[in-house]
Amino acid sequence: MITTSKEAPTASIPWRDLAQRHGALLVLLLVVAVAGMTLDGFLTLGNLNRVLVSASFLAIIALGMTFVIITGGIDLSVGTVFALGGVLAAWASQYGSLALLALPLVVCGLIGLLNGVLIARAGLAPFIVTLATMLGAWGLMLSVSDEGNTTYLVPEGLVLAPLVHGRLFDVLGYSFLLVVAVYVVGGLVLRRTTAGQHVYAVGGDERTAALMGVPVARTKMAVYTLSGLCAGAAGALNAVWLGSGVTIFGIGIELQAISAVVIGGTLLTGGYGFVAGTLAGVLLLGVIQNIINAVGTLTSAFQEVVSGLFLIAVVLVQSRLSGGGRGGP
Amino acid sequence: MRLDTLPRVDGERALHLLRDYGVYVGVTLIVLFNIAFTPHFLSLENFRTQAVQVAPVLIVALGMALVIATGGIDLSVGSVMALSAAVISLYLGYGPIVAVLIAIVVGALAGTINGVLVAFFGIQAIIATLAMMIGGRGLALVLLPQLDGIRSPGLRALGSGSFLGVPYLVWIAALLVVLVAFLVRRTVFGRRLVAVGGNRRAAELSGLPVRRVLLGVYALCGALAAVAGVLVTARLQAADPNSVGVLIELSAITAVVVGGTPLTGGRVRIAGTVAGAVLMQLLVATLIKHDLPPSWTQMAQTAVIIAAVYLARDRGRT
Amino acid sequence: MPTSPVLDTRGLTKRFPGVLALDGVDFALRPGEVHALVGENGAGKSTLIKVLTGVYRPDDGELWHHGEPARFTTPSHAQRAGIATIYQEVDLLPLLSVARNLYLGREPKRFGLIDFARMHHEAAETLRGYGVDVDVRRRLGSLSMGARQMVALARAVSAEARVVIMDEPTSSLEPREVETLFGVIEWLRGRGVAVVYVSHRLDELYRVCDRVTVLRDGRLVHTGAMADLSRLRLVSLMLGRDMERVEREGATTFSGEREAWAGTPALEAEGLTARHRLHDVSLTIRPGEVVGLGGLLGSGRTETAKAIAGALPLDSGSVSVVGTRLKRGASVPAAIRAGVSLLPEDRKHEGIVPGLSIRENIALAAMPRLSRFGLVSEKRVDEVVRVFMERLRVKAVSPHQKVEELSGGNQQKVLLARWLALAPKVLLLDEPTRGIDVGAKAEVQRLVDELAEEGLGVLLISSDLEELVEGADRVVVLKDGAVVGELEGAEVTEDALMAAIAQGPGGGDGR
Repeated sequence: MITTSKEAPTASIPWRDLAQRHGALLVLLLVVAVAGMTLDGFLTLGNLNRVLVSASFLAIIALGMTFVIITGGIDLSVGTVFALGGVLAAWASQYGSLALLALPLVVCGLIGLLNGVLIARAGLAPFIVTLATMLGAWGLMLSVSDEGNTTYLVPEGLVLAPLVHGRLFDVLGYSFLLVVAVYVVGGLVLRRTTAGQHVYAVGGDERTAALMGVPVARTKMAVYTLSGLCAGAAGALNAVWLGSGVTIFGIGIELQAISAVVIGGTLLTGGYGFVAGTLAGVLLLGVIQNIINAVGTLTSAFQEVVSGLFLIAVVLVQSRLSGGGRGGP
Repeated sequence: MRLDTLPRVDGERALHLLRDYGVYVGVTLIVLFNIAFTPHFLSLENFRTQAVQVAPVLIVALGMALVIATGGIDLSVGSVMALSAAVISLYLGYGPIVAVLIAIVVGALAGTINGVLVAFFGIQAIIATLAMMIGGRGLALVLLPQLDGIRSPGLRALGSGSFLGVPYLVWIAALLVVLVAFLVRRTVFGRRLVAVGGNRRAAELSGLPVRRVLLGVYALCGALAAVAGVLVTARLQAADPNSVGVLIELSAITAVVVGGTPLTGGRVRIAGTVAGAVLMQLLVATLIKHDLPPSWTQMAQTAVIIAAVYLARDRGRT
Repeated sequence: MPTSPVLDTRGLTKRFPGVLALDGVDFALRPGEVHALVGENGAGKSTLIKVLTGVYRPDDGELWHHGEPARFTTPSHAQRAGIATIYQEVDLLPLLSVARNLYLGREPKRFGLIDFARMHHEAAETLRGYGVDVDVRRRLGSLSMGARQMVALARAVSAEARVVIMDEPTSSLEPREVETLFGVIEWLRGRGVAVVYVSHRLDELYRVCDRVTVLRDGRLVHTGAMADLSRLRLVSLMLGRDMERVEREGATTFSGEREAWAGTPALEAEGLTARHRLHDVSLTIRPGEVVGLGGLLGSGRTETAKAIAGALPLDSGSVSVVGTRLKRGASVPAAIRAGVSLLPEDRKHEGIVPGLSIRENIALAAMPRLSRFGLVSEKRVDEVVRVFMERLRVKAVSPHQKVEELSGGNQQKVLLARWLALAPKVLLLDEPTRGIDVGAKAEVQRLVDELAEEGLGVLLISSDLEELVEGADRVVVLKDGAVVGELEGAEVTEDALMAAIAQGPGGGDGR
């Protein structure tokens, strides 16, 4: 009864999608290959493991950030929330492993929820809310650590310690395995649950999403809470890794997390993205840092320049790929 | 975006008044409080200290106010300050004047890049300036990996000298306030930037060069941040790209918003911005003078910022 | 009495600040009927739809659903009750895949996770029924507008809908896709689903609709069988002169005849063409002449004005102002420099800058003329503002009052002042008197006369037939983005205009 409208296949579409989906992974492999050929000691198990383990804290933060950015928001508070999580964990470690995990998760989750409420219910701009709570979390951390004068130590022999320090077959650090597990769960939630679809829908177009029956406010509150939880958990693990809650650690890590997410192919304007790309982005940043350290003649700040350039390049490419930016009338 | 169209509530008028003039009330209250309870508050020395401390934030906030008036934001100001500090240290060999000029040009250039991304490529302001925030500080650290003492007598004098008993820093900040206020009130550019923020579509249909205006605003914001970077470097007598300007974007945005300029754009209040910067400075100083720990000041600032943004949000528009 | 209504409203009323959007509307929808809902801009169609679908809550009156009182508080609430809506602008989520869009919120699950194999299979199956044969894993945004519209339709309908509301469903469809849509509507009707069909394309209404309801100014002015209503009658109901209002407000204040000036035309537009919007539109305006642009909503009137003012990119065509040809693809500033001024239809979004003062709003476009070396000459601004506020009788406390605090009529006068301050040669007025009070309306109409006397070429777009007939020396009628008629001199009557709008030679072509 009905005529069929067949879409003309556009040759460039799969290529575009491929570039966006796997661009970070391809660049990562390329960089690893080049570095492996030119740098001594780069492709050793010890060095690669070092890259993976040191990237794992950033990876956990970037997972939460991926959810936030897919909804079209941003969370600038994760850096100090991460630091707060570390200090709280170290302080609570005197009461055992459970307390070490529970306290930072509860407090950081609440900070995330506060972000979410202010953004979703009060309608404030995400960047300013999370910039403010970034300061607030810092203040909280200072007040917990006696204005930064007290460094709480994590006692040896905690149940959790092997999880962070241990290695599978003496090779691969457990902490990275943990990251992989968390990413698998994150990916399943995002891609294969209704809640995950809601995250995409909110980022795609809030008004449309609301008309399609998506609980917009609830979804936003959930992703900011998740981001707070991720940052808190990363902080707790970092405290175990370092053996203490170091207050200065983590300031600025939010920028790395955002870079990793965007390099991984997630659109900063929201509505599109995936966690696997984020992981590739995190590893890419880690590898570049590792190479910069190995080369020795470059300062480690070079990595930030590379991140900034990457970020702009990716955003520019994305704005072209998704049919132009928002310029013009 | 909210679907329910709330009728205008009665308290709205009061909220508007609070948003527009609350900052002056706040400054008055905090000054009165200090006169009553803080020893030596009314001393000349204290005024000098407060004024010198607020000057860099105020200068950055001036540029930020212009950017926010166009409906944008600039997160990169702190990194631009770091860049300017690094550049000064690098070019000081050519004399302080040349070094300062180059630093300001570099700042304007960084701002121009932001402006191109925003105006011509249509990248959201927050994203474009975030990239500059990350890359700019990195570049500053690449140029100058660690703190570098400044020995140029000219530059040191700029940081610590004074004229008629008022520090140069304060003179410069005051001069810039007057210039920016003049720009906003008296020039075509100033009128246009507010119109662009108020209704971009109407501005385009009225034949305004919207993209050029945006470009100019971001370049100006970058240049002002660079000036602030120069002044901080001169005051510290050291170029410190690692820590100069860290979190200053927050202080600047706070000063602007507390001063009654909404983040949605279309309005700019220079006097309010000055008062906002002063208010936040006095708030911090008061808490410190009364022996409250830094953690308290940060949490207090957080509360003030959120309250200010909440008041300034424009419910009439979506 | 064939069947009881699936939805009906009794005395439905909805107020917005300053506007009565719906005024006691009784609307009944029966199962298995295709019900046309028509009316001009501001007639209350979209408000009615939004009340029916739970976006707005009515201030007064009742909504009955299957014979029981209902209160929908959210869109999803209405959806669960079987009322599906396809909005004209809302285009689902272009970044998500076709299948995800189709199933958002009700994905098929297996072990608690979304079963993609099944979802893709079922999505492809469903969409084939709507004539869309695509890889459902593709991004929705990569499909043509027509295919997207079909996905939206499939999404709405597959939710066991008993009522489907379509708002301008064919506005972005190709003719072939329109046929597909009609096939789907036929199928829905067969299943006993009630369809509300909103469109301005009369041909379509008469093809697919069984009954029709006409709204005007928030009130229901007619409801009945589609076949019993002639086109002419339908158009006159939509546009027609409301006798009460004429009595209340008096006629327009346009003066009688006037002679157009001889010499070079103020404006010559030739062959204006923009894909999907304008097809070879040509018109000429002589100095001292008011040319009306008639047609229904969506006929291309606003687009024509925008194209002339440089605000709509053209595929082909040319615009000349007083003999000087503008470069194609010319920008708004270039058109303004050449002497074209456009008073846009959407005062709020395209006209006023709400936070600025009256003074700033008037001086906005003329700034280059009121300044030297980038510095604004306050004296000249004051002078211009004073002159035009006086001439246009802008009622305000002072020139420094914020424009958002003014009434609609005074805002419109401020915008007129902005454009007159440029001393234009051609003035394009898009619905200059819509939504403004009676007094201001009369003043604006008088001003149009005066300006023409002074030798300006004026293009007047209006949905108010009376205004067009009284105000214009000549009326060009548009339909579906093309010129379908031109009336001059004594031919310009309301009846002739309505006939031209309703029929139009070659009614069905266009694209």
